[in-house]
Amino acid sequence: MADDIKAMTAELARDPGSLVFLKLGEALRARGQIEAATRIAASGVVRHPELAPAHDLYARVLVDQGDFERAYHEWTVALELEPRHFGAHKGLGFLCYRWGDLDGAIEHLELALAADPTDATVVQALQRVREGVDLAAVALPLAPAAAPAGVASPWDALEGGGHDVLLADRRGLLLAGSVCDREGRNVGEELAAEIAVAAQEADRTARLLDLGEWRSLLVEGETMNLLVSRPTGQTVLLLARDRAVPQGRLAVLAERAAGIARAWLQAGRT
Amino acid sequence: VTLPFREALEQITRIRGVRGAMLVAGDDGLVVAEALMEGIRGNAVAALAASLAKRLRKAAEAAGGGVPRFLHLQARGGTLLAVPAPDGILLVAVGDRDVNVGLLRLEMRRVAEAVV
Repeated sequence: MADDIKAMTAELARDPGSLVFLKLGEALRARGQIEAATRIAASGVVRHPELAPAHDLYARVLVDQGDFERAYHEWTVALELEPRHFGAHKGLGFLCYRWGDLDGAIEHLELALAADPTDATVVQALQRVREGVDLAAVALPLAPAAAPAGVASPWDALEGGGHDVLLADRRGLLLAGSVCDREGRNVGEELAAEIAVAAQEADRTARLLDLGEWRSLLVEGETMNLLVSRPTGQTVLLLARDRAVPQGRLAVLAERAAGIARAWLQAGRT
Repeated sequence: VTLPFREALEQITRIRGVRGAMLVAGDDGLVVAEALMEGIRGNAVAALAASLAKRLRKAAEAAGGGVPRFLHLQARGGTLLAVPAPDGILLVAVGDRDVNVGLLRLEMRRVAEAVV
């Protein structure tokens, strides 16, 4: 069992009311452990019936199992609770398309896009639906939230999995990877912009103090630690892991992630 | 136990390898109190440390990590650490390359909780 899943499982055991089940369910999905993800998502819905992201997660594991009818129901409930819920509109857009309801698909995808205008997968899917292209060719909502289509994730072999790692250029544009917040929403682009500015601030601080080139920026949070590093002069890498991962270990993982990023850049971002 | 500013900073600067410590207003980056070795430009460091902390706080919150409790900038020739203290104050320390970061972190967290 990967360390992050162990840590999240332990956290959920300590506090069954914790919202960590959302990330745990998503992490299990990402590893193909659908049965375990289903158990976590189903109990999450029972414990948090008023939480739209819980129904969204459950709907996605139901789709993983091919149970589209129940997934439709769960996403509908999510929208009753939160009418602008991005994941629910995205999922229903996929289901409508699958069932031949093109108008419904376009309507839901447009609403998803209104909720998050930066999501490349929805932009792509909407375009494809309008063009009448098979939506199965677009990895729309079935991919885990942590791995949006069109954005490479070269860190799958990294301990703890390839999620919650991202690489940005110095202008703050996302190059690869993704990070999800506690609701399972991909905040990679936002974080790419933030860490690029933080890297510039770190440059100035290190220069002012005559500290030489900076190597890492560690942020110890309440529930998660972030480590920012610079694999190359033109890129910034962010690794986020649960607080249960010791900081020394996090530094080792970040170094490995940076090595993978350098190799990925040299290989031409394939 | 509460600590006045000067005493709080002394507890940090007596750690081997620490080049200076300061209390900074997190909002505007102004120096509240400082105990720095000669050559360190307190005002500029305070402004940059506060700005960096603000930026990293936004990143941590966006990632769902919650409010930062500790920041650590590690550079080839030294290190800068920051810990939030009550009332929006930031406790900042500058250390040499070989400073014991683990010890400094613990002391900074203890002092940050006690400073008044």
